[in-house]
Amino acid sequence: MSATALIRSAPQVAPQRHLLSAEAWAALPAALIDDPEMAFLGLWAGLGCVHAAFLHPEDGVPLIASCLGDSYASLALARPGAGLMERAARDLWGVDAVDAADRRPWLDHGRWPTTTPLAARPPPREGSAPQQMFRPVEGEGIHIIPVGPIHAGIIEPGHFRFHVQGEVVVRLEVRLGYVHKGTLGLMLGKSPRAAVPFAARVSGDTTVAHAIAFCRAAEAATETPPPPRAIVLRAVMAELERLANHLGDWGAICNDAAFAWPLARAGLLRERVLRACEAVFGHRLMMDRVLPGGVALDITAEGAATLRAMLAEISAEWPGLQRVYESHASLQDRVVGTGIIAANLAARFGAGGVVGRASGRGFDARRMPGYAPYDAVDFNVPVLPGGDVDARVRVRVAEVDAAIGLIHRLLDTLPAGPIYTPLPIRAGEGLAMVEGFRGDVLHWLRLDDGGLIEACYIRDPSWFHWPLLEAAIEGNIVADFPIINKSVNASYSGVDL
Amino acid sequence: MLWPRLARSLLSRPIAESVAPPPDGTVAALVARLEAAAGTRLGRSLSIRHVDAGSCNGCELEVHATSNLLHDLERFGLRFVASPRHADVLLVTGPTTRNMAEALAIAYAATPDPKWVVAAGDCAVDGGVFKGSPAVAGGTDAVVPVDLLIPGCPPSPMALIEGLLALLAANAPEPKKGPAGQAGGP
Ligand code: SF4
Repeated sequence: MSATALIRSAPQVAPQRHLLSAEAWAALPAALIDDPEMAFLGLWAGLGCVHAAFLHPEDGVPLIASCLGDSYASLALARPGAGLMERAARDLWGVDAVDAADRRPWLDHGRWPTTTPLAARPPPREGSAPQQMFRPVEGEGIHIIPVGPIHAGIIEPGHFRFHVQGEVVVRLEVRLGYVHKGTLGLMLGKSPRAAVPFAARVSGDTTVAHAIAFCRAAEAATETPPPPRAIVLRAVMAELERLANHLGDWGAICNDAAFAWPLARAGLLRERVLRACEAVFGHRLMMDRVLPGGVALDITAEGAATLRAMLAEISAEWPGLQRVYESHASLQDRVVGTGIIAANLAARFGAGGVVGRASGRGFDARRMPGYAPYDAVDFNVPVLPGGDVDARVRVRVAEVDAAIGLIHRLLDTLPAGPIYTPLPIRAGEGLAMVEGFRGDVLHWLRLDDGGLIEACYIRDPSWFHWPLLEAAIEGNIVADFPIINKSVNASYSGVDL
Repeated sequence: MLWPRLARSLLSRPIAESVAPPPDGTVAALVARLEAAAGTRLGRSLSIRHVDAGSCNGCELEVHATSNLLHDLERFGLRFVASPRHADVLLVTGPTTRNMAEALAIAYAATPDPKWVVAAGDCAVDGGVFKGSPAVAGGTDAVVPVDLLIPGCPPSPMALIEGLLALLAANAPEPKKGPAGQAGGP
């Protein structure tokens, strides 16, 4: 039986969700191995249950498999991207992938007052903190470079353990969880309106995309679509966020090749975007501007003109910056062939966003599953095969151009009307995917009869990017790590939750 | 391609924007604190070590933006350094998570005296929206003593610069004067 048929043959408990028996779930790994097309979207747990979301390109809509119990068969062999999520689910809910090869703690560093904080009754912690364990490396002349959690730059905390032979990295292992804030726990028991600030703070650089995904999940759960004007305004904000972040990343990648001038220019362009956002939406990062049921504020005719003027300024300077990038052999030497993420690896991990599209995986949530208003506008999704730092730079460059065109077109077609519809207080369940600047963001939630969040999950695209970063650095020299890391630019807070 | 642009930049005026002097109240409070604590002058430059103690990374974006061409933090003698051992100031962002508390304490211990701690952003001030989470110890002051609070979610680059200039003004040799390098100065 195909994986899709296996899931669909189980009783349906919510619009996109089926409840599998333990036996049916146990058959899932083999079915998934037989069906490599079935994309894995995420795995999380709840009170005595586990959920995994998939998307088959033939269906084009996400499908969730659930299974009751405190343990379940691991999916990590069939879908390696599930590995870290299974470790996180064990730390947060105490629901265990019993046969997983890797059952080391992930988010739990032994420092919380209890273990499994999202379990029904979290047991108080007993004994001392577990030590960090890293996989051993054998070989002649291997030495270890431990870095972090606090790094040398202005960057989020995480620990990188390099095993190095001479100058060459044999293995990198990333240890995260340092910025775990208990976000999911804070959202439980709140109305979507009260919980949206947490969704907007899962990863500050993706505040708009996360907030849209959360709100769309809540709107799906209550079957209340927002007004058309709000939908387009959300997309304008999402594309502005993509534009600002790609500009910043482009400059920062060049800077990590010790070429500071592009960072200075791109930093200036990024600042122009943020100031226009502040002028038009009242916040530089547009935090808390997306609400369940719509958006927090409307845009005026002058607002649209401000955005267009800013876009014109960027369009004027951006091609010149590209010519500098193209014409500097010393820069090309650092980016071409560096930090290659093989296409088959990106596909196996289901990597989305820039990382996936620079390694030949063209997935884009705006196209599939697709959502309004992107079904009504034309836009380019660049895909390149190279998988190196240069390919990731070029995908960003093409996406900057695409975002500028999109914002113009969205402003052209901005429908009139209200910007907000209050959500009814009712039970329901919803899932939504939104294409953020890093890749597809997924939010799922279930509301109880009082309209309060009973269960929820947030999956940042970085979950799949961190393991690929570990693969990308293999065989490269230590000195190239910063530029490879920046070209992937995974979020720490986004996965630490 | 690059050289004509560089030449043009050399001939044009700096585009960095002027910054309002820090409010007297803030400076006075810092001076009092400084005199009580150490009485040591640092001169007109501060080295800053940023520590993310659990942020959502929104604050980092704005800390980065203090260095862009329009804000140009370094013209005031303020610069970011790679190690707490080189720092006068720890600029802490984010709520202090339980998983980062020890690392923050170690960074503080590694910073030589006299030192200042700036808690930047609503989360660093008191935990912000994450206050009360079992995974969060609190604001920055849950782990290390704090000298200056810069609220905001995230604080704007200008708010960050004004806060840091207040530290600089409080440390300036007598008679106390405004921040070094006003409006577009080198
Ligand atoms: S203050 Fe706001 S931007 Fe800064 S870390 Fe907290 S939530 Fe993020």
